Amino acid sequence: MAEQIITDEIRAAIGMQSEPAVIEIEKGMIKKFAEAVEDPNPLWQDEEYARNARYGGIVAPPGFFMTVMMRGERVEFPFQLPFTRVLDGGGEWEFLKPIRPGDVLTVVNRFADIFEREGRTGKMVFMVTETTWRNQRNEVVARGKSTLINY
Amino acid sequence: MAKQLYYEDVEEGMEIPPLVKNPTTQQLVKWAGASGDYYQIHYDKDFAQSTGLPGVIAHGRLKSSFLAQLMTDWIGEGGTLKKISVQHRGMDLAGEQMTCKGRVTRKYIENGEHLVECEIWTENPRGEKTAPGSAIVSLLSRGGKS
Repeated sequence: MAEQIITDEIRAAIGMQSEPAVIEIEKGMIKKFAEAVEDPNPLWQDEEYARNARYGGIVAPPGFFMTVMMRGERVEFPFQLPFTRVLDGGGEWEFLKPIRPGDVLTVVNRFADIFEREGRTGKMVFMVTETTWRNQRNEVVARGKSTLINY
Repeated sequence: MAKQLYYEDVEEGMEIPPLVKNPTTQQLVKWAGASGDYYQIHYDKDFAQSTGLPGVIAHGRLKSSFLAQLMTDWIGEGGTLKKISVQHRGMDLAGEQMTCKGRVTRKYIENGEHLVECEIWTENPRGEKTAPGSAIVSLLSRGGKS
């Protein structure tokens, strides 16, 4: 019988939050992101175009929230899982307000869930993190939920 | 800029114009720098192979970002991508063509918003869906913004 990986102690950590991380949004970050995706949409890059468009200036594309630099501080887990490999299982993101250069976002991560599945190579443990981004006006600008697969 | 899409132009079952991507190792390095994800499986072939992978693979989040672009290209400037969900099911090797596709599954009006739900996915050259997901967008209506 395989031993239990997800103990009561691990389960008790569900709900733990990270320290808030503060991220200043710069125009260069947005441009670099759009270039990396090869997304030529002028709303993300062309100041002159964007000024006369819907948002009155450059905004970050939605995918910007998916990046590591936007993920903030890690939740400090009081446990370690017996795996060395990790895969990004995916996630879901809700975009509530546009973000612009000059915005100062505060990111908080919350350990939301943990569960295990039998994979092709043995046990896999799925860890779900919920992320909330707020701007300098304390408005929630986006929410995310992402899954890391440990195996 | 693509032309503006209106709610009235959309029908359930309709396909979203595909977005073709060719993520080379160079693009993965650009993504690593822009996103902050420096995990070596995405640019160091020896390292990737030492972990049992066949070679350098594309970042899951890059694929999710391609899918976000699929949607923002389609909905036009007046549309809003409200929600996206992506599961990383399969790996895509650097240098392999990836096609982002989607299909409208539902259209409805809620709280005055003209919403469209789509299934979306990335597809490799063998026709396998490596990152399936879904998205919800809010579109402009010809009847005027509500």
